[in-house]
Amino acid sequence: MKYAFFPGCVSQGAAPELYPAAVLICQRMGIELEEIRGWTCTGAGVMQERNQLFADTLNARNFAKAEQMGLPILTICSTCQGVMSQANKRMTRDPEYLAEINSHLAEEGLEYKGTAEPRHLLWILIEDIGLDKVTELVTRPLSGIRMAPFYGCYIVRPTEALDIEEHPERQTSLETLIETLGATVVDFEGKTRCCGFPILTINEKNSMAMVGKHTSEAKDLGADAMVTPCPLCHLNLDGYQPKASAQLKRSVDLPILHLPQAIGLAMGISPQELGLQKHIMSTQPLTVKLGAAR
Amino acid sequence: MDVTINIRRYDPEAEQPGSYWESFDVSVADNATVLDALIKIREEMDGTLTLRCSCRSAICGSCAMRINGHAGLACKTALALAVDENNSVTIEPAGVMRVVKDLVVDFELFWDKIRAVEPYLQPSGAEPEGEYIASNESMLHLSGVTACIMCGACVSDCTVLEVDPTFLGPAALAKAYRFTADPRDGNREGVSRERLRNLSEATGMWDCTRCNECVQACPKGVAPMDRIMGLREQALQAGFTNNNGARHTGAFTESVGHSGRLDELRLPIKSVGGVTNMAAMISYAPVGWRALTHGKMPPIRHKNVENVENVRRLFRKLEPELAGSQIGRNSPFG
Repeated sequence: MKYAFFPGCVSQGAAPELYPAAVLICQRMGIELEEIRGWTCTGAGVMQERNQLFADTLNARNFAKAEQMGLPILTICSTCQGVMSQANKRMTRDPEYLAEINSHLAEEGLEYKGTAEPRHLLWILIEDIGLDKVTELVTRPLSGIRMAPFYGCYIVRPTEALDIEEHPERQTSLETLIETLGATVVDFEGKTRCCGFPILTINEKNSMAMVGKHTSEAKDLGADAMVTPCPLCHLNLDGYQPKASAQLKRSVDLPILHLPQAIGLAMGISPQELGLQKHIMSTQPLTVKLGAAR
Repeated sequence: MDVTINIRRYDPEAEQPGSYWESFDVSVADNATVLDALIKIREEMDGTLTLRCSCRSAICGSCAMRINGHAGLACKTALALAVDENNSVTIEPAGVMRVVKDLVVDFELFWDKIRAVEPYLQPSGAEPEGEYIASNESMLHLSGVTACIMCGACVSDCTVLEVDPTFLGPAALAKAYRFTADPRDGNREGVSRERLRNLSEATGMWDCTRCNECVQACPKGVAPMDRIMGLREQALQAGFTNNNGARHTGAFTESVGHSGRLDELRLPIKSVGGVTNMAAMISYAPVGWRALTHGKMPPIRHKNVENVENVRRLFRKLEPELAGSQIGRNSPFG
């Protein structure tokens, strides 16, 4: 299977460990990735609050490029997923709006025909690759590991933009995958809540309260690690966990994995290759428990 | 249809008050709603089960509660669609607000916030000769937000209110938008400057995380979060830009408009007003140091995407004001 790869800014910026880990596991699974040349940021919902037309035009530009490649879009970011899905719905539902956007793209010789269906690696693994194939590649099952899912808002809501009605299995896709990797799911209330990242520079206290609440809740339920398909959630849950922990006045020490890293560990790839050493919260207790060498 | 209803109950007059779960096995019609089942339990099995309800038609807004962990109207939720593979459903009181008894919560917090946004028209300036004119288009636009039935489902599931009860919250901010977007409110141009100024303060529009919980929870399609985004757009247009939220969206758009991608190193610095905000810079230092020592600092030199000129052209065309103010664009001191 071949896809037009949309990695998103964070996987090449503040979470540089994500991009190579994703590429690595895709290679092992026979998923061919061709990065969309000159792709731009989706706007992350931030640009949309200021100028939706500009943000949607940039998304249409990415979609048009993928159409030219003749490949379905694969992303590795929950936020990108949601923002692309929402933009796509707005454009494909309103031919006038799409025409306006295309008029701006025309100067570059691009046209978005409305056929893109951006999907996250998480969904593609279940919908295209199949869990049987994933199971086949699990050579080091994460048995004995208790793993808490953390989706990221944009890959679960609003359900209408994400075609959840047609694909109800998407709502439990992360739990399904955790089980396929051999780990035990730690179900907890916070799994579909907000990590607090979008208000980090606006109301840090609230943002940290969210990180503290979710990580401590999962920890108290016995989680060895948390796994997320969203690099923005990862930034907050991992990078800001020390600060959140200080605000909460208790230690949490919960390793946070990117989705491809969890998959990679179960495929027997070394923690080093998956970039686990780049995390702020040490993943060592997890890898020791798993018996994974460096 | 035989179903099991698991209810989180609470009795303040119990010897040791505390919430507890109780299961009821009930037999109801296949087309029953969650509310039908709850009423049946109250009437036939346990008269002490306490809940609010009235119209049974999703109009009065009385029966908002958490159904399988998410807020919604019990009268609008088909039981057959809510039950799991074991034909069971969990019912809890709405979140965020104080539980009075069983499924009844205290709406004081909800109404306090609605009152705080002064939910009535406030025209300023000289009165017109005749009536205030409002276009059909503007009223049609408002019909979405005036559909609110004050059920509190959005407040129940708000991720910010969950950690900070001082936030104005989705219902009150959507209500505020109902007035800021009304051409009769504010000055002769319909700009509600005072409201937008107040709502730009802490606990207001910029504290929303854009998590979409309220959009999902609202049974009437009000989409409170989208209204909050509307408020942000109005506030920016009215010039209320001296806050971290406004700076954040401006700096974000500028970064993408100029280079095609997000400059994650400079964005947080610009959001707090530049490196001259010493308190913020000092608070970032440990986080920055940890990122640096773990090899995950964003690149110092932010690269442009291939054929960036095409992105910049769209930026100039669609966001001319911001594209024109390029002062300190690539400087961390901007």
